[in-house]
This record gives sequence, structure tokens and C-alpha cells, in this order.
Amino acid sequence: MELVTPEVGLIFWTALSFFILLFILGKYAWKPILAAVAERENSIESALSKAEAVKEEMARLTSENEALLKQARAERDAILSEATKVKNQIISDAKDAAHKEGARQIEQARLEINNQKAIAMADVKNQVAALSLEIAEKVLRKQFEDSKKQDELVRDLLKDVKLS
Amino acid sequence: MNNGSILKSKIFNLTLICAFFLTIGAFPFNAFSQESKSEAGEKKFDPKETIMEHIADKHEWHMFGKSYIPLPVILYTDKGIENFSSANLQPAGHVYNGKYYNYMLVNNKIKVVDGNGNIDKAANKKVWDFSITQNVASMWMTGLLLLIVFLGVSSKYKKRVGKAPKGLQSFLEPLILFIRDDVALPNIGIKYAAYMPLLLTIFFFILINNIFGMIPFFPGGYNLTGNIAVTLTLAVIILVVVNFKANKYYWKHIFVPNPWWLFPIMIPVEVVSIFSKPIALMIRLFANITAGHIIVLSLVSLIFIFNSLWISPVSVVFVVFIDAIEVLVAFLQAYIFTMLASLFIGMAIEEHHHEVI
Repeated sequence: MELVTPEVGLIFWTALSFFILLFILGKYAWKPILAAVAERENSIESALSKAEAVKEEMARLTSENEALLKQARAERDAILSEATKVKNQIISDAKDAAHKEGARQIEQARLEINNQKAIAMADVKNQVAALSLEIAEKVLRKQFEDSKKQDELVRDLLKDVKLS
Repeated sequence: MNNGSILKSKIFNLTLICAFFLTIGAFPFNAFSQESKSEAGEKKFDPKETIMEHIADKHEWHMFGKSYIPLPVILYTDKGIENFSSANLQPAGHVYNGKYYNYMLVNNKIKVVDGNGNIDKAANKKVWDFSITQNVASMWMTGLLLLIVFLGVSSKYKKRVGKAPKGLQSFLEPLILFIRDDVALPNIGIKYAAYMPLLLTIFFFILINNIFGMIPFFPGGYNLTGNIAVTLTLAVIILVVVNFKANKYYWKHIFVPNPWWLFPIMIPVEVVSIFSKPIALMIRLFANITAGHIIVLSLVSLIFIFNSLWISPVSVVFVVFIDAIEVLVAFLQAYIFTMLASLFIGMAIEEHHHEVI
């Protein structure tokens, strides 16, 4: 029975000690410890959420970059094909122009050649005529060296001339 | 097989321990037996008396063997306060002549006696014992230890803001977080923060005293948490906190049972339940810790009951086994007390928004 009979003295000292302990520990130990733990938990939490946000941001940036790259690639392809087209156009245009120019020049050359030929032919004709005249003069001169032949010719000629 | 593996094996160690006890039993048999015989000759060994003496509170702080630290005796008498050292009451049965009365130790309790050493029952009722007993001194020691440890840990938190815990801090933080996350938060709910200091103090107070009580020599070996006065005080604190913090739903539940005709039955039952909860707390802690001490002391007493060293291996093996269980119980009872305290608080401050009466 003695075992289960509480003693007043021990109750008093236990209560007193416990309240002092509770007060000091509560004020100087539990409060700062719990606050520090809570603060650390919050900071870890926020760090984790921040990391998550950064990860998302990174993913967003990557996808954005990819899109940009894709767009750039498409643009480059478009530009290249455009350039090829333009190049071909230019080449064909140049070819056409060259053809035309060539044809024109050829035509001109032909005309020139013809002109020149005509001039040359005229010249040749003149020369031939002059030569012919000269030859004819010389021949005539030879033939008419004696007066008998001259007279004969004059008579022939006169024979031909019919007075009408 | 190499020797290393034999030395490491548990069976080898067990046989070594057994061999150790057997040799102790075999060789110095005469010396031990003579000593115990001479004691037995004077007085027959009474295990009940020994165990009860160990469990009860004392006016001296026992250290090793027969040496002890005398503690102050403070008596509140109808004539004034008596204050003297407990060394004056030694050896047992010695009558000390105080200022107002004569005192003698009877079963480790201070009793007022008359000149012939007969207990004066009328005078005893007028004398209140507020002595610093072994339990009080031990409680102050463990309280001081708690203060040193937790104020140290607290300052470490200030020094290492935002850093991972280190040393003692990392050992105690899981316990603190356990009380917070697994005891207070689920049982009390959102308002748990206000009760955290109380719950933590109760938990560590019970835990450290449970553990120190298990140490069989100075500075342990006392039985504080197995003392009904201590558990009573803790239970009353819980009772007061629960009933002072209780909200209207709690009181409505007690005094306004739902069908009106249940009033005569339910109100007494509920009023009893107010007190039965802390009483259960009180008895549980007291009984568990005291029972543990009694079992350990009984097993040790076996050696003296059989008056033979041959029984010591059996006794020691069982004591080690029970001690291992008692370490578990030390944690478990501290946990259960804290858990039930937070459960009662949680029940008292629970909000019932959906309840319409």
C-alpha cells in the first residue's frame, strides 16, 4: 500500500521542477528548435519548388529553342530554295539574253557582211568595169592602129545605122 | 576454417560467457559462500523487503555499496519548518532530536517519535515531508541534464541556421520531429504548435528518467517514473490542460447527451471519464516502470534466494533479456504517455462544425 500512496513532498517538488523545466525548455529550447526546424523545412520546400520551377523553365526554354531552331532551319531552307530559284532564273535569263544578243550580233554581222559584200561587189563591179573599159580601150586601140580597119568599122557601123 | 571466423561467431561468445560464469562458480566458491553464509546467519534474505526498499524513495542518495550522499530533510510542521541533513537519521533506527520534534527513519520514511522511539501518530499528521529525497535530487539532475542538452542543441540551431543537423542535434532532431509529426500533429490537429513544448517536455522528462532509472548504480538506480506521486503530478497536469483548453463541444458532449433521457446515466459516466483518462495515464506509467524494476530485482534476488552462485548465469541472462525489454519499455511508455496526452488534448479541442444539436 505504501507503494501506491503518493507523497506530498514528491508531488510538490515534481510539479515545481516540471514547471520550471517546462518554462525554460519551452522558452529557450523548444521554441527556437521548432522554429529552426520549421524554417529549414520551409527553405527546403521552397528550394525544391524553385528547382522544379527552374526545371520547368529549362524545359520551356529548350522547347522554345528547339522551335526557334526549327523555324530557323525552315527559313534557311526557304532562303536556299529561293536562292536556287533566283540563281536558275538569273542563269536562264542570262542565257536568254546571251542567246538574243548572240543572235542579234550574228544578224548584225550578217547584215554588215552583206553590206560589206555589196560594197565589195560594187567595188569589184566598178573595178571590173574600169578594167573592162581599159581592156576594151586597149583592144580598140590595138584594132584601130591602122586606118583601114577604122574605116571598115565606121562603115559597118554606118551600115547598121538605119536612118529612119 | 580460419580462427577469425570462429572468434566472430556468436556461439563462441555465448559459450565464452557461460564458461566465465562456470569458472566463477567453481573456483572462488568458498570465499563467496562464506560471506553469504555469515550474512544469512544474521538475517534471512527477504526479497520482498529488498525489492520494496529499492523501489521506494529514500532520504539518501545511494552511490556504491553502503556509501551515500546525505540529502537535506525539509519538514513543514505546525510549529515551523525543520531543516537538517538526512545523515542525522543514520544509521537506521537512530532518533534525531529536531527543533520541534524527534524524528526517526521507519521504512525510509521520516516519522515523529517520542523519547522512547515510539511513533507519535497524532504528531505525524501535523508534519509534512518536503524533503529533497533521492527521487527529487535525481529529478533535478536529469532536469539539469535536459537543460544542458537541449539548450546546447538549441544554440546549435542558432549557429547552424539552415544547415543539416550535426552531432547530438542530429540524434535528437528525429525524436523531436517524431513527437511533432507522429504524435502531436495527427492527434491534436492544426493547433498542435501550442502544445508542443508541453508534449516535448513530458516525453523527454519521462524518457530520461526511465533510462536513468535502469542504470543500476549511481547516478541512476532510482525509480522516479515508477513513483505514483510523479505519475500523479504528470497526469494532473494533463487533466488540467485538457479541461482548461476544452471547447464547448467537449463540454456539450459531457453535459448534454443526445437523447435527453440518457442524462442520468451519461452525465455521471462522462464525468468519471474526465478523471479516468488521466488516472489511466498515471497507473500505466507507474505500473510499467515499477514492474520492470521489480522483475529485474527479483531475477537478481534469485541468486540470494538460492544462496548459490551457480544460479547467476541464469539470473544474468534473464536480467539482460528483461533489461533489453525495459529499454524498449522506457521509450514505449514515454511515447504512449505523450501520445495519449496529445490524444486527450485533441479530443478536447476538436471542432465539430457538422454537429447540429
